[in-house]
Amino acid sequence: MNAVDVNHLTFSYNGLEAISDISFSVRQGTYLGIAGPNGSGKSTLIKNILGILRPQRGTVSLFGRRLDWFHQWDRVGYLPQRIAALDHHFPATVEEIVLMGGVNPGRAGLAHVLESLKIAHLSRRLIGELSYGQQQRTMLARALINRPELLIFDEPTTALDPETRDIFYSLTRKINQENNTTVILVTHDTGIIGQYAQQLLYLDKRVIFFGTFEEFCRSQEMTGFFGMGSQHLICHQHDEKKEKPL
Amino acid sequence: MPLSDLFHYEFVQRALLAGVLIAAGSSLLGVFLVLRRLSLIGDGLAHVTFGSVAVVILLGISPAYVTLAVLPLVIVSSVVIMKLTHAQRIHGDAAIGVVSSFGIAAGIILISLSKGYNVDLLSYLFGNILTVTQMELMLSAMVFVLVAASVIWFYPDLFAITFDEELARTMGKKTEIINTVLFILTAIAAVLAMKIAGIMLVSAMLILPPLAAMQLSASFKKTILASLLFSILSVICGMLLAFGLNLPVGGTIVMLNIVLLLVVLGIQKLRAFTR
Repeated sequence: MNAVDVNHLTFSYNGLEAISDISFSVRQGTYLGIAGPNGSGKSTLIKNILGILRPQRGTVSLFGRRLDWFHQWDRVGYLPQRIAALDHHFPATVEEIVLMGGVNPGRAGLAHVLESLKIAHLSRRLIGELSYGQQQRTMLARALINRPELLIFDEPTTALDPETRDIFYSLTRKINQENNTTVILVTHDTGIIGQYAQQLLYLDKRVIFFGTFEEFCRSQEMTGFFGMGSQHLICHQHDEKKEKPL
Repeated sequence: MPLSDLFHYEFVQRALLAGVLIAAGSSLLGVFLVLRRLSLIGDGLAHVTFGSVAVVILLGISPAYVTLAVLPLVIVSSVVIMKLTHAQRIHGDAAIGVVSSFGIAAGIILISLSKGYNVDLLSYLFGNILTVTQMELMLSAMVFVLVAASVIWFYPDLFAITFDEELARTMGKKTEIINTVLFILTAIAAVLAMKIAGIMLVSAMLILPPLAAMQLSASFKKTILASLLFSILSVICGMLLAFGLNLPVGGTIVMLNIVLLLVVLGIQKLRAFTR
């Protein structure tokens, strides 16, 4: 079964097309990386998949149901690029944020998620008092608390240092492999996608490439698009990852 | 006359009770508005109330029913602010500014058309809690119950939307319905707050108690409770102080809220210094 189906999706802001005629499907349990340059429509695509924006043309389905009829949002976890409220003044604790929206995983469920992300000791602290890395782990805990079947990350590591970023991505791979959770990761860093994802969707307002890394590495068309050096670098990082243990 | 004797008068009891109910309701809503950077919605709605009062007076509606008569106009304006806020090219503060300017402009034009009624309008500008009618007291009680029930019932949704509206939508929250409820309740609270503090100070009732509470908060729920406590305390102490010193009640309540905020900020500074 597919976790996500996007068919001929088009979306414009004030008459300017941000994405055009996008079609692809993501099978359950897949780790899909979405990459593309700035302004290529990555975030617009994600917002259409999540129902934040309404498709102007085309359709989006989650778990076989068109978005208009989809109500099982506890099956989906989302970690946005930026949270407006994450300033020093928002008076909520880590625990309140993880349980946001009336989620009730029980004390044991909450403790398990907080401990797995190493933030159990911060549960009573205010979110504004934490470092960016700790805030990001809190937001990841919120996304994971319902044990979602589909996890969507929109450039989640923009402000993280390289070490924390690697820990974060390793964790997403672990979640994908251990729980068979479908992961969609958006980043402008194709090197990162090469290391962690099984499939690649390269976007520049339209689909430039969609397929597995093996297909990407064999594609003459992509050699022409990226240049041999860049394509080789992405493929090399993907090959390295396969040998790396979790 | 001893100060305590004043509270034997029915109109003073009515004023105190209505003041507590309105301030408590406003402070509950204020937490969500301040955190969503919609603090000035009180100002905007107060200006619309000014225009609406002018319309109502021009229509010759009895002063006893002015509060009730302006409600529909202010509710519509509140929903207009909400719709403009969600328009792609208008920020929340600008949306409030648009509706606020419209309210003031309409009020000024209508005042000039209704020569002789300016005195009535001025009484709304500065408010007079001691003139609260039995009907207004009932309305205040109903609005407080409605606000408290909505905050309890919709708490998970309100919290999520206040934290991040887009994120709330990905959790399946019906953000449009919750926003409409919040904006309508704010409109009603603003009209009633006009009675305590006057149009000029309505936003103070929505902003100051939550702002003071946020400085001390250890969690979101505690912020809501502290905001409620500060608002009730400021009305009771403000009325006592106003009677004792023969000062205007509305202004004294607001001034006390500001003192509370300054004290809390001072405590915070002291804490940071001693850490």
